[in-house]
Amino acid sequence: MPHIVTDKCQRCRFTDCVTTCPVACFHGDEQMLYIDNVQCVDCGACVSACPVHAIYEQSELPPDKLEWLAINAERAPSLPVIGDKHEPLPTAEARKRELGY
Amino acid sequence: MNSDIDTGNLGTTGNPLRVAIVGSGPSGFYAAEALFKSPLTVRIDMLERLPVPFGLVRYGVAPDHPKLKQPTLVFDKIAQSPGFTFLGNVTVGRDVSLEQLRTTHHAVLFACGAESDRRLDLPNEDLDGSHTATEFVGWYNGHPDYRDRSFDLNQETAIIIGQGNVAIDVARILAKPIDELRSTDMAVHALDALAASRVRDIHIIGRRSPAQASFTFKELRELGDLGGCVTMVSGNDLRLNSASLTELEDKNNFNAAKNVEILQSWTTHCASAAEKRIWFHFLRSPVAIAGRCRLEQITLERNSLAGPPFGQLAQGTGTTRELRCGLLFRSIGYRGLPLPEVPFDPTRGVFPNTAGRIDGTPGLYAAGWIKRGPSGIIGTNRADAVATVQSLLSDLPHLDSRPKSGTEGLYEALAHCNSQVLSYADWRRIDAEEQRRGVVIGKPREKITRVSDMLALAASPPRCSRDRSADEL
Repeated sequence: MPHIVTDKCQRCRFTDCVTTCPVACFHGDEQMLYIDNVQCVDCGACVSACPVHAIYEQSELPPDKLEWLAINAERAPSLPVIGDKHEPLPTAEARKRELGY
Repeated sequence: MNSDIDTGNLGTTGNPLRVAIVGSGPSGFYAAEALFKSPLTVRIDMLERLPVPFGLVRYGVAPDHPKLKQPTLVFDKIAQSPGFTFLGNVTVGRDVSLEQLRTTHHAVLFACGAESDRRLDLPNEDLDGSHTATEFVGWYNGHPDYRDRSFDLNQETAIIIGQGNVAIDVARILAKPIDELRSTDMAVHALDALAASRVRDIHIIGRRSPAQASFTFKELRELGDLGGCVTMVSGNDLRLNSASLTELEDKNNFNAAKNVEILQSWTTHCASAAEKRIWFHFLRSPVAIAGRCRLEQITLERNSLAGPPFGQLAQGTGTTRELRCGLLFRSIGYRGLPLPEVPFDPTRGVFPNTAGRIDGTPGLYAAGWIKRGPSGIIGTNRADAVATVQSLLSDLPHLDSRPKSGTEGLYEALAHCNSQVLSYADWRRIDAEEQRRGVVIGKPREKITRVSDMLALAASPPRCSRDRSADEL
């Protein structure tokens, strides 16, 4: 079942997820990352790597985040692969606290 | 000491950084990937004791989880990198010494995994009918070391000790309808044996509570969806103490919370209707294994938990119960094996290291399970290997910067041993043959399970002459 990055990644972009992805299926813009569901092998390694639990398996998506399934599928293929860890956004720590982590 | 250490031109085309990687599983390949991503000129020789690459992705990942085998496509790309050489059927310590590798390479990176098992340390542990999960997993995956093992699948009751993902894999393979396995790359000898299996009741035993079970919820959930099988757990076993409830409240511990939620949904299941049954037992430890000529029963002791949240340990209560069984799989963790001349921690079964630098031996590095012990999944080892490579690259000024003979020197040394060394092109040939054999019987591949057959295939004249010339270029 596909894995999906949600808007919890916005203003964070910690990118810890990409270090654990065995098939480099994360793509990104300046705001956040997206998963290419065609490449993703559904191992779930990224789910526990994310400091703010921004990534969900489809069946675990909270009802208010269902739209991110289509957004990931649409955005990921056109954006560059993010294969290595980047510096988080300057707002990341504040955002993490705001999300309760 | 000369403060003006000449780091030389190490890592340039004139003096490439030459690294020997021991092991060709995920950690080895991800370490190679990280080295190739560095701005340096790098040459990598990857040594594998089996003739064929990919370690636990080929021989550990369950055959009915084909998606999880897709990282081999990534490994295959890494193997195409200029400067990468695969040397299969080469055992360090037998065919080539560590000392030799240190002469021909600037650094040696061990990614040789955890090939042995932790033991229960109970008498009769090795009675007929009592096995390690490693043997069973290796057997159904066609690992040459285990392909001749036999398991008495005439038994109706199997017990699995341990509650990690390997335990779940073993239970699922025992319980799954055989027709759903026939289209996987499970070795044909295992398919034939499992087709005649009479195993009906499978018990999975854990020493702590469901909140501490280490399987991932996806693996657990899958058991609940198997056709012709019902998952059973007693509500009593799911009662949690306050420390466990505290653990489940931690937002970062959502896998455990999911596990408990899934198990709770199974308490209403009824056993009678189903063909096969998987029983979960918590807070129980095996304390005795008994049988005259072969395994007949085990004794389980009831445990209670003591200690703070995330530090709770199981303690025996003295209350015991016998469970009759003819088949037992110990799945309580893998452990690494020592290698001559490399420091070894016998308690943890790892090469003791600091950030991947093997203690007290400059120039030696470790990644993956031999570095940190057998935990995590394939991707975990990518982050782990990247961290080790960062250590290696930051040590560059301290490594012997003289040019090394690398691949050439290694082949020269190996010419003196009796082993036939396989190249990546040889693996390609074996791979193609396995896929060819699979296609005719409706499987993605039929693995070649004997080393001698792999070697013969590698030595045989290639069908396509272009193949050979590409190999030699």
